[in-house]
Amino acid sequence: MGMWGPIADIAAKVSAGELKAAGLVETSLQAIADAEEFKAIIVTIADRARERAQAIDAKVAAGENAGRLAGVPFIAKDNFLVFGAETTAASNILKGFTAPYQSTAIERLEAEGAICVAKANLDAFAHGSSTENSDFFTTLNPHDKTRVPGGSSGGSAVSVVLGLAPFALGSDTGGSIRLPASFVGCVGYKPTYGLVSRSGVVAMASSTDVIGPLTTSVADAALVLDVMSGKDELDSTTIAKDEAGYVDAVTDLKGKKVGIVKEYMGEGLSDDVRRMIEAAIEKLKAAGAELVEISLPSLPLALAVYYVLCPAEVSSNLSRYDGQRYGYSEPDAKDLEESYTKTREKGFGKEAKRRIMIGTYVLSSGYYDAYYKKAQTVRTKLINECQEAFKQVDFLLGPTAPSVAFKIGANVDDPLNMYLTDIMTVAANLVGIPSISIPAGSGENNLPVGLQLMADQRQDRALLALARATEEVLA
Amino acid sequence: MADLSRDDVLKLASLARISLTDDEVDEFSSELSAILQYVEQLANVNVDGLKPTNQVTGLTNVMRDDEVKDYGYAAADLLKNVPNVKDNQLQVKRMIA
Repeated sequence: MGMWGPIADIAAKVSAGELKAAGLVETSLQAIADAEEFKAIIVTIADRARERAQAIDAKVAAGENAGRLAGVPFIAKDNFLVFGAETTAASNILKGFTAPYQSTAIERLEAEGAICVAKANLDAFAHGSSTENSDFFTTLNPHDKTRVPGGSSGGSAVSVVLGLAPFALGSDTGGSIRLPASFVGCVGYKPTYGLVSRSGVVAMASSTDVIGPLTTSVADAALVLDVMSGKDELDSTTIAKDEAGYVDAVTDLKGKKVGIVKEYMGEGLSDDVRRMIEAAIEKLKAAGAELVEISLPSLPLALAVYYVLCPAEVSSNLSRYDGQRYGYSEPDAKDLEESYTKTREKGFGKEAKRRIMIGTYVLSSGYYDAYYKKAQTVRTKLINECQEAFKQVDFLLGPTAPSVAFKIGANVDDPLNMYLTDIMTVAANLVGIPSISIPAGSGENNLPVGLQLMADQRQDRALLALARATEEVLA
Repeated sequence: MADLSRDDVLKLASLARISLTDDEVDEFSSELSAILQYVEQLANVNVDGLKPTNQVTGLTNVMRDDEVKDYGYAAADLLKNVPNVKDNQLQVKRMIA
């Protein structure tokens, strides 16, 4: 980690002709080949990446502006539509799918000279917290190969920590950027809902899905966010980016009001994580921040709300995989009905089926009010409590996950226990607020612990500034 | 309320257009029941006077002009992932046996 240096420096050197984009792409592809044992990558995009690198080097040679991310290689989670390779979302049902268009996020990064070199592994359709639900293989934690990297953006997080590229993209529906960032020790940023266009990203739960960067520093995350964010006519849920942008967001910790979320520091938190988070709190206090305990009484309900809303939206979003329009199609079906049922039986993995079934149940006639509508109403209660909290403090703080990375296989036979991994991350998604996980040091067995910071909606700039200052005092 | 029998699971699978193996039916009946029991803690939460939230940033109908835009995609490119194409159209199996 850290072998690439700041992204802004790489781009500046490429633009000045001191570094060649072509060389950076080769370095990245070689690093990917050397790290194959960790299974972070599903596929490389070598040909297209080399072509793009040459075009960027030619631009520089011709004295043209090559962009703010000139020649910077990156890795996209395999649920982003990208030219030059298949987009599978790590699912069998999308095997062989080649995107006819690219996601807006990729388009914006490419417009500034960044180069996508590979697609990273994930839990199929981003359903999971460990990458064990990938239909292809499990990604290994670089700190201990017998442990999971977290998920669902596990391949992206591992790519960053192993230095396969300077940054990676992930998606976060209930914690899928922040949790792997915590488990492997990098920065993971979940923006305000709607700040980055999701056009061209495989949909999971549309009312909470966001996409964001995984990086080795907060400054890098701010730069990538700055390039990707803002309104997009192809995603009607997008909001405007901060007029001041995100790259130069800095702040002094002195006088910053940070609420320590009481419900996150209670039962169920491992001693190890508690120790690291408490140490971080002391460092923030020493730097002049004002830390107070704050309670969000409905927070313990967030996971139950999430596991009604998420499967409901998943069951709707996955209905498009029917074997008729794209993806796997059962060849021996006798009629249309059997084509649907057999295609979906063979194409979907167990977790996708589980979520489709739960979602179908909570949306079905007679149960809708008791489950879906009730969950959406408890969501309002949670939003109101957060709004009250942000009248008293500017930021919220807690651990990203209740424990360090768990062993591969530890939760595979107990889906409910696997869901509990997301207990500290889902609230930010339900409320639509920005949240970041930054490394807070290592706990037992040298495994990373993530510190989670949150701010009110649209306060991404302030949150990134706070995170940057926090990163400095924790270093 | 949420104790899903084998029949319940089969009915859900049929609504979701997924066929399941016998083993999967058994497995899902116990797993899905456990998940539903967990989320049932919401039943007792007092939400008097609160409305459900569907959209968190307060956007309502986002409109745009109804104009045709050329994104430069060729029909052939958009059809390349379709399993069965006939005369530039998507072909499906017969619907009535």
